[in-house]
Amino acid sequence: MRQFSWFNATSLTLGFAFLYLPMIILVIYSFNESRLVTVWAGFSTKWYGELLQNEEFLDAAWVTVKVAFFSSTLATVLGTMAAQVLVRGGRFPGRTLFSGMIYAPLVMPEVITGLSLLLLFIGIGLDRGVLTVVLAHTTFSMCFVSVVVSSRLTSFDRSLEEAALDLGASPFDAFRLVTLPIIAPAVISSWLLAFTLSLDDLVIASFTTGPGATTLPIKVFSAVRLGVSPEINALSTIMIGIVTVGVITASLVSKRTALQQARAEQAAARTA
Amino acid sequence: MAQSKVKPKQSPSTAAFEPWNDPNEKPLIQFKGVTKRFGDFTAIDNLTLDIFEREFFALLGPSGCGKTTMMRMLAGFETPTEGQILLSGRDIGDVPPNKRAVNMMFQSYALFPHLSVWDNIAFGLRREKRDKDSIASRVDEMLRLTRLEKFANRKPHQISGGQRQRVALARSLAKAPKLLLLDEPLGALDRKLREETQFELMDIQETTGTTFVIVTHDQEEAMTVASRVAVMDEGKMVQVATPQTIYEAPNSVYVASFIGDVNLIRGTANLRNVATAAPAAPESESETKPEPVTKIETDEDPRKPQPNDYGKWLHDRLLAPILGQRVDEPKALPAPTKAELAAAAELQAPVDVPEGGLTIDWAENTPALIAANGDPEFDGNEVVLALRPEKMGIAKTKPDAPNVMRGKVIDIAYLGNISTYHVELKTGTMVKAQVANTRRVSRRNITWEDEVWVSFSATAGVVLTE
Repeated sequence: MRQFSWFNATSLTLGFAFLYLPMIILVIYSFNESRLVTVWAGFSTKWYGELLQNEEFLDAAWVTVKVAFFSSTLATVLGTMAAQVLVRGGRFPGRTLFSGMIYAPLVMPEVITGLSLLLLFIGIGLDRGVLTVVLAHTTFSMCFVSVVVSSRLTSFDRSLEEAALDLGASPFDAFRLVTLPIIAPAVISSWLLAFTLSLDDLVIASFTTGPGATTLPIKVFSAVRLGVSPEINALSTIMIGIVTVGVITASLVSKRTALQQARAEQAAARTA
Repeated sequence: MAQSKVKPKQSPSTAAFEPWNDPNEKPLIQFKGVTKRFGDFTAIDNLTLDIFEREFFALLGPSGCGKTTMMRMLAGFETPTEGQILLSGRDIGDVPPNKRAVNMMFQSYALFPHLSVWDNIAFGLRREKRDKDSIASRVDEMLRLTRLEKFANRKPHQISGGQRQRVALARSLAKAPKLLLLDEPLGALDRKLREETQFELMDIQETTGTTFVIVTHDQEEAMTVASRVAVMDEGKMVQVATPQTIYEAPNSVYVASFIGDVNLIRGTANLRNVATAAPAAPESESETKPEPVTKIETDEDPRKPQPNDYGKWLHDRLLAPILGQRVDEPKALPAPTKAELAAAAELQAPVDVPEGGLTIDWAENTPALIAANGDPEFDGNEVVLALRPEKMGIAKTKPDAPNVMRGKVIDIAYLGNISTYHVELKTGTMVKAQVANTRRVSRRNITWEDEVWVSFSATAGVVLTE
């Protein structure tokens, strides 16, 4: 192994400091006794308690989770279908154009996506509320889903689907019984991605939201304009905690699956 | 080594199995003027072919010759651009793959990784909406056929390559298809396993009576398993025939050189008549009168013991009184008499070179080669004489054969059971002669740089035009 030089050590420290210092400060101050965010006055968990009393925040959190759940589910279904067609659909006129267009929202400024959706909803006379936010989130997270799923489909052995067809499965059965179980990890991770994207979206949500559909990011943002309260720190800490637990669980699970697979293969090699 | 392993099909049932020669037999599959184009590229070019029931049909050719496209058209993954494909007389051009009584074994095996061996085999049966018991009994039957009972509950990644290959075979046979397509089925197996599996495949094909179409680029594999072999090149069938015919009587230089090893000697063909054949015979006889015969000209048996003076004295004075007079006769069998030698030479002499055929002028100042099996039609044409190396003899002394060529050994490829001698003829042409190593290599009498005679019989080669 190469020596761990002072240069490497410095870059690593700086890099991680850059990434995590703000979050660490946020977590520390969430346990601050004082109401003043920047003055440390001793350890306390009272802001967590107050957060649980705050109806507005709880409502917003519930709305956010609902929106994230429905939009990510819808986006996963639509995005997987789009990926399937674009990767497997064979040649059809305009295929290249469509493949390019599905990626466009990835690079489109959110402000423009939000504004255009707002104009559309007004144009067709759709009342703004939870439904419009769900639709808007579906729109922009769908393309992330199709990117993730189509990269999995590209590396997927085409002959598996052909074998299913060859054995008498209808194209839908072949997808349901063979393709879907195999690409399931990619579909699940794209669902998680869509869920997180929806959770933290502020710009598009604020364009398309209406009365009774205030999501947590909107709530936090408007609260911060009146001054940062330790309650918000507490809320953010909880969110960081949830994300950390989720990421660690996911990586542990995937590592264990890989390990099991390797062990099974070794066992097979021995019996062969 | 490859061509030395040609095994004729020996079982009596396959020996008589020649539906392609029976005009009353109805083909299972008919290609009628089938063309398949991908954009500008023509993968299959106006192909017409009949494949019969219970056949083991091999498609052989280099990569990109269209063999895989043919197979995918049979499975339904590609539709012909022009022409028709008939299965049992019915056009299947527009029938989707899941509605055809055709199953395919994929090159990658395409086993479903998330299903157990048992469920993989049951997959096709379940799609037929059969009841549970009949599915279970059919799957168990397939597991028995492919000797996979022990692995029924394993996932594909938990079994070895050879076992995966058998699962793929069992899965594709489970639905009892009219036609089974095998796309390079043994490509992923190592040589030894592949040879075993070839025989297993043949057994299974005979047991189930299914028609097999196999795609392969391994000519040895095609020759081993197939009842007929189709050699393809650039979307066209070059020759469709039994393995023996393909090997012994290729119809073109392409087939001759694609299957096995071959020596090609180019020359001009002349009609062979008795007048040209007659002088050739006595000349060879006078020249090649075996030398050993002249050695035994004396009547005195060279093997008779001839004691020297000292030995004679010892015998007469000392040994004879004690042991008795020694009989002055050799202990070995008597040497052959002149008459016996002549009779033996008569027997060994090649059976009279058949009449007819062609002679081929291939180099100046050398006698023309005799090809008694040559087509008289080629008279006067530029032809190629295709000779298999194992049909060539090699010797240091001029052998008594209708065709002999002089050359120098350039290289010897020792393959264990056989050796291939690369001989450069006087004209610069390189030919290969293959000899079985019946003696130990240390006792081989031909070595590098030796002047040798390469010989072959009047019917050993095949006369082809380019």
